[in-house]
Amino acid sequence: MTIQFNDETFRDDYTFNNSEWAIKRFPFPFHEDSYMYSVNMEQHRGGPEGSVYEMRFDVDEHYVSEMKDRAMVLDQDPLRCQSLPHMTLAGWDLLELIMASKSEDYPDLFELHRNGNQWRWINKPMGIDHSFTFMDETTLPYGPMEYITRQAQGDFAVLDQRDEMLWMDAGMVTTQADWSLDFDIGMNFFEWHAPVPKAHEMGIFQRALKFLLNIQQGAPARRLNWTMTVNPLLDTSPENYHKWGIQKTTLTPENIAHKQHLRVELQTFFRLPRSNALVFPIRCYLCSFQDLMTVPKWGRRLHRVIRDLPEELATYKGFIDNRPMMLDYLSQFDDGLPTSPGIWPDLETEPPLKSKLA
Amino acid sequence: MSGAEKIQVKVTEITPLNELVTRFRFERVGGGQLPTFSGGAHTVVEMQDGGITRLNPYSLMSDPFDQSSYTISVRRDDEGRGGSLFMHQQVKLGDEMTISYPVNLFSLDLRARKHLFLAGGIGITPFLAQIKQLDVLHGHWELHYACRNHALASYADQLTDRHPNETHLYYDDQNQAIDLKNLLSGQPLGTHVYVCGPKGMIDWVRNTAAAEGWPEDCIHYEEFLAPKPGKPFEVRLAKSDKIVHVGENESLLEAIEREGVDAPYLCRGGACGQCETVVLDHEGNFVHRDHWLTDEEKAAGKRIMPCVSRFEGKSLVLDR
Repeated sequence: MTIQFNDETFRDDYTFNNSEWAIKRFPFPFHEDSYMYSVNMEQHRGGPEGSVYEMRFDVDEHYVSEMKDRAMVLDQDPLRCQSLPHMTLAGWDLLELIMASKSEDYPDLFELHRNGNQWRWINKPMGIDHSFTFMDETTLPYGPMEYITRQAQGDFAVLDQRDEMLWMDAGMVTTQADWSLDFDIGMNFFEWHAPVPKAHEMGIFQRALKFLLNIQQGAPARRLNWTMTVNPLLDTSPENYHKWGIQKTTLTPENIAHKQHLRVELQTFFRLPRSNALVFPIRCYLCSFQDLMTVPKWGRRLHRVIRDLPEELATYKGFIDNRPMMLDYLSQFDDGLPTSPGIWPDLETEPPLKSKLA
Repeated sequence: MSGAEKIQVKVTEITPLNELVTRFRFERVGGGQLPTFSGGAHTVVEMQDGGITRLNPYSLMSDPFDQSSYTISVRRDDEGRGGSLFMHQQVKLGDEMTISYPVNLFSLDLRARKHLFLAGGIGITPFLAQIKQLDVLHGHWELHYACRNHALASYADQLTDRHPNETHLYYDDQNQAIDLKNLLSGQPLGTHVYVCGPKGMIDWVRNTAAAEGWPEDCIHYEEFLAPKPGKPFEVRLAKSDKIVHVGENESLLEAIEREGVDAPYLCRGGACGQCETVVLDHEGNFVHRDHWLTDEEKAAGKRIMPCVSRFEGKSLVLDR
């Protein structure tokens, strides 16, 4: 399959757009008509053909433009990418994992040729053809983690594992849902999750940590997480809150359909072999409300989930003030019919929206 | 399915090293590369021993970056339940076996300015892989290796040849012993200590380091327990509604698996915590042998690690 890459922006004029293909494969995060935290992990070993689960690292039509946006963020704020000195080996692990996965999963787009430690990497969408020596940093323009994550969609948290604990000791974070690598660097799992409401009392993090510590080589895992974003912004960082936070107040009943986006993170977890570290890729997918509403099942379900979400969660996810306006809009797409279980659009089997006026 | 991912391998080399220890080389069936790993990792080897499936963990001792083969060294234990005897007596060149993907419960702390390795006997094996890893990373390390005598000191000569300045040997039959207190007090700031050997040695190192004021997280240890034989007993598995008889020479975990009940596991040596099982009811005494449960948890009798621990008494009911 050849992907047609979009030329689009995630800032200023916001020309970001999802094709019909991208809408149908959007990872809608609600498997039922309500939402509560859960560890909701499953093995990451492929999925339905064409879905975001199919490949180890999903590449889609936004790839080239997302990488341009990342380069701009890094240019203005180099601290979005950090790696403590003991994490360089994990960086090489990550470079190998991404290069090997992408060249095997997308042979028409990426090639990796290995001759001992002499490697040649070809990234056709980004026009890169680079020969280097594996494990020799002087042969790359950046450290290994930065080099490869400038060519891979999504954020990457690289976690060291020591003393039955995970530590945020390296990362590339430019498309985040309001958290800061520069603030979290060096923190442990409980420290960086401290701001999340309710989940601590529910014991979610103890269970999640135990699960993550036991992720083994060759057996990656995944889960979905979600929030809301006004305008298709990738960089919703605390560092730039003064630029994007104010945009939440620009939402009106007239513009909500195209301005309000559901933001979904496909989170995956891989054990890195040489360093025994854990990499946590966090891939962000955005979809406007109007595009989501083209799938009748999602229209019905999103309305019910947002309506019934506990107040603390709507506050934490940053849309409590806009929730009434969102519900006014979404309720038009909820005709009260039941929905099929699971996240998939089920376009062939789910009935179209019953007109409420009829 | 429980445990780590599996790999089909062929035994391509069997090398007796001395009267107790034999080395085995594994290559992938049909060729192809094995996963790289981190020094300190182990693999779980499946043995089809008559009607019993044994799953024993062994440290990978080969170069972690060499993907052509893995090697392990197995010390024969004549008193044990037979896993090491099976490896020594039944496994032949060319045999196909199933091993697990590497799992590391004893990895290097890569922040360390210096790695101080303390090995006792067959406890040398994880350090062999870690030393090869540190060679590539240009890490700073030192090894103190204690054995009964020179004849049983597996790999001591190679280590001395290749790393004469880093390797220090101690032989019991020459009344040599590691001068631990002095050794610890002479270490530079940022040193991490790793110990692998018999339980007595691990306790000695941990206690001495603690008494000398070393932070707990600078002391790393690995002791795989082999399940010990014991009196037979019966267990009721509540969820699967089965009564299982645990024989003298099998572990509780093995008996559960034999009955077709899927129970999680990783290390099978009482260290990783994966097989922790809730005790619903019991009348009798636990024989807790793991490193996972705290003393309080062991005393409470609400949990058991079926990979190494046993039970003596009238009745035991588990949540499996």
